[in-house]
Amino acid sequence: MPARIFDALSPGQPGRRLDFTLPYGLNRLLHDPGALIGLVLVSLVVLTAVFADQLAPYGPTEGSLLDSKKPEAWQPNGLPGHLLGTDQLGQDILSRVIYGARISLAVGFFGVLLASAIGVTLGMAAGYLGGRVDTAISAVVNLLLSFPYLVLVIVVATVFGRSLLNVIIIFGVTDAPVFARLARGEVLRLRTTDYVVAAYSLGTPTWRILLHHLLPNLVGPLVTLMTFEMSAMIFYESGLSFLGLSVPPEVPSWGNMLALGRKFLYIFPWMSIYPGLAISLTAFGVNLLGDWLRDVVDPRRRRVD
Amino acid sequence: MLQFLFRRLLQSIALIIGVLLLVFFTVRLTGDPVGLMVARNATPEQREAFRVAHGFDRPLSEQFLAWFGNALRGDLGKSLRLHLPNHELIMQRLPATMELALAALLLALIVALPLGIISGVFPGSPLDLLARAIGLAGQTIPSFWLAMILILVFAVNARLLPSFGRDSAQHLILPAVALSVTSMGQMVRLLRSAVLEITHESYVRTARAKGVREAVITLRHVTPNALIPLVSVVGVNFTYMLGGSVYIETIFAWPGLGTLLNDAISDSDFPLVQAITIFIATFAISINLLTDLIYDLLDPRAGQR
Repeated sequence: MPARIFDALSPGQPGRRLDFTLPYGLNRLLHDPGALIGLVLVSLVVLTAVFADQLAPYGPTEGSLLDSKKPEAWQPNGLPGHLLGTDQLGQDILSRVIYGARISLAVGFFGVLLASAIGVTLGMAAGYLGGRVDTAISAVVNLLLSFPYLVLVIVVATVFGRSLLNVIIIFGVTDAPVFARLARGEVLRLRTTDYVVAAYSLGTPTWRILLHHLLPNLVGPLVTLMTFEMSAMIFYESGLSFLGLSVPPEVPSWGNMLALGRKFLYIFPWMSIYPGLAISLTAFGVNLLGDWLRDVVDPRRRRVD
Repeated sequence: MLQFLFRRLLQSIALIIGVLLLVFFTVRLTGDPVGLMVARNATPEQREAFRVAHGFDRPLSEQFLAWFGNALRGDLGKSLRLHLPNHELIMQRLPATMELALAALLLALIVALPLGIISGVFPGSPLDLLARAIGLAGQTIPSFWLAMILILVFAVNARLLPSFGRDSAQHLILPAVALSVTSMGQMVRLLRSAVLEITHESYVRTARAKGVREAVITLRHVTPNALIPLVSVVGVNFTYMLGGSVYIETIFAWPGLGTLLNDAISDSDFPLVQAITIFIATFAISINLLTDLIYDLLDPRAGQR
């Protein structure tokens, strides 16, 4: 029957997508300069964060006032020991940028992990169970999505104190609706597919259907969304630091460095240039990787570009 | 159509009520809202006086109804530092923010419209490369960092443009450019991929088969259809700019809502932060409603939801 052939080719088959696309993805990674650059940049940032202690010439809060406010090493007034100059306390900018990678990655990684865990659980429940559960969850999701995100984060962050854990929780909770919306939509699309209906009619328990039949199909779009949300979170964390609402001011996060640099922008511009560059390069790398993932996971987009 | 309009209107009202609930209960999540409202060095007696004066000693439901009723009448409480009604402060600052946001939106549109369409029609061309660069820049350069770099280049080094205040039309240029970059990138990316997809549609193929000239196809068939998804993006970006202006306005000392919000945050003027949040969220919901209606008028397919 033609219908059967069509069914076998539809992307809703469990496991089908990844079996089919991984070789293509690897192939594309090696031949797409953008994806390769993205991979290199992201690996560099991750390695910097992991080996910060070994890489940084100084500690993040180490410095002497005698060496303060020095420009980059190649400038007339620069010190050879401080490649990217020092801040108003004599702390080494390069070392602080290196340690800052830890904060940004921690917020981005754990924030996205928490947001996707909460969001996917709620979204799948809403999509599969429907009825009142769906109405209630969707109402909350729509409410949170109707806020301009920055304003939502600001109002929550002003209420809770400044700590790394708080920032991760704030991002994890406020970003969950994006994941819930994705998971709900995918589950709504998949719940009427033959294999889910078959599993249901065989008496498979709900948790098993959700975990073994629906969740694997979510992985592709989910991973793509996680990448883009991670770069957005790195952005928002630095923005929150900039407003003085993220980690405490002495912590060397890129946003904190920028917030401080702004006060000295006209006289010591190097304090602002390099942390911003670090944010941009990280976001650049994560976005390139995300573009590659999206093309790999969603074959429909391949013909575009 | 009328039914749709009515339903969306009800939805928006429900969302605004949700926003009020959310803000009200976020403050109470910390246990003691008075701690957020009074100066840090207030004595226990002062705290108690504040508690009684502002009704925090009454039952939660009573507090909520009073607060809710005031908010509905446009009374958003009083600023702790400026000792003025919050809604007056907001209205006083709103014109400056609107001016900046509209200028940035206009700039984003002026660049993105031609560039996005041309890059979609001629993928791989030099202009397409420029479009993709702008698209990526919007995703990877934090607006507040760009603002600082613009100041360094155009105000400090070249001494071409002012970087401070709102005295002349020239003062608008740098903040508008900085605020527009994220939206510009997003619009270019959206238009480009919309055009790329539309050029594969059957009606474009038909037009080509009839021998319609390429220029006419682009102008009459591709462009109008590519503009439809742009409507909601323009709406979303407008609300985004109201939030994003908090950085840009602060950096350029632009006397708008964003500076007010930043000052309120650093002064711990919580009632004002809360009031601005509610205002921006309500504004965003109204803009969303409006874009939905425009969308509906432009695209008859959407009305059949």
